[in-house]
Amino acid sequence: MDFNGSDTIPGPRTEDHLPHTAQAAVKIVIVGGFGVGKTTMVGSVSEIKPLTTEETMTQAGIGVDDNYGSETKTATTVAMDFGRISITEQLVLYLFGTPGQERFWFLWNGLFEGALGAVVLVDTRRLEVSFDVMGRLEERGVPFVVAVNTFPDGPRHDIEELRTALDLSPEIPIVECDARRRASSRDVLMTLMKFLHSLAVEKAPV
Amino acid sequence: MTPPQRRRRFPKTSPEPAPQPPQEGQDTPEGPKKNPERLYVITGPDGTERSELDLVTLIVAHADPPPSATPEQAALLRLCTAPLSVAELSAYLSLPFSVVTVLLTELLTAELVTARAPVIRQALADRSLLEAVMHGLQRL
Repeated sequence: MDFNGSDTIPGPRTEDHLPHTAQAAVKIVIVGGFGVGKTTMVGSVSEIKPLTTEETMTQAGIGVDDNYGSETKTATTVAMDFGRISITEQLVLYLFGTPGQERFWFLWNGLFEGALGAVVLVDTRRLEVSFDVMGRLEERGVPFVVAVNTFPDGPRHDIEELRTALDLSPEIPIVECDARRRASSRDVLMTLMKFLHSLAVEKAPV
Repeated sequence: MTPPQRRRRFPKTSPEPAPQPPQEGQDTPEGPKKNPERLYVITGPDGTERSELDLVTLIVAHADPPPSATPEQAALLRLCTAPLSVAELSAYLSLPFSVVTVLLTELLTAELVTARAPVIRQALADRSLLEAVMHGLQRL
């Protein structure tokens, strides 16, 4: 990219600037398969138009030893959408939507580092896509809630049936949502925050 | 319709034991083998010490771009006259996060920008922080 004409680089619109008082940020990760509504959810609650940060994944070709010096490498660019909510004059919340499939887990390095928690967004038409993601979060000790994005043509399961299918412990909240609606997405985030709060109280009841 | 069935997993309490490096000077079919430094030794077990910059570290420029600044650095400095996260800088510059962290490390060393560290989740989340976020969400 040519940066010499950098005056033309699109920056934040005036109304998208954070106040100078902004001191710190926290993040929440929304994870789920393609087409499940991650970007829709980010967009419905974000105060800025969702932005995209890209990362390049380079994979060494198989059989590198056999063709030493002419390794075949394939580079894949993966996009991660995110949005922002100003909490106070000092505190900002960022929401990152990230694909849940195993081949994208390299994106997770650093992403979950210090994240408050995660929302696993599931689509009842492809429930199994979220299985590995939940296992991975459990292994990492990242607290999460499950949000079922309701699609008109998706099979309907009641919450307890889903809890059994997802093998979730009773305290992990499962909620239905419509990711297109701001209030509904906000409620999902609020469910996560209340869950995190209950965990904090449980660990240090004062 | 019966949904597919998952099995729960649990936190990995102890890290997997590191593979034993072959003994120095141990003979292999190709002759004596040296131990190359493994990458994970350099970056730490989970990449945690790789960089102090997080996607949500807020960056603020101190000064106008000096004449010596590269075009990339100048573009970056112009973007963060007001606080902006590393993720936003990456998005506006259309550069991968990893590239932006390199540029920012140079600017931090030159003291042209400051970084406001993110609030990270401790083993025990700060209750007042969680409450502040909840109040903020309620106002949405």
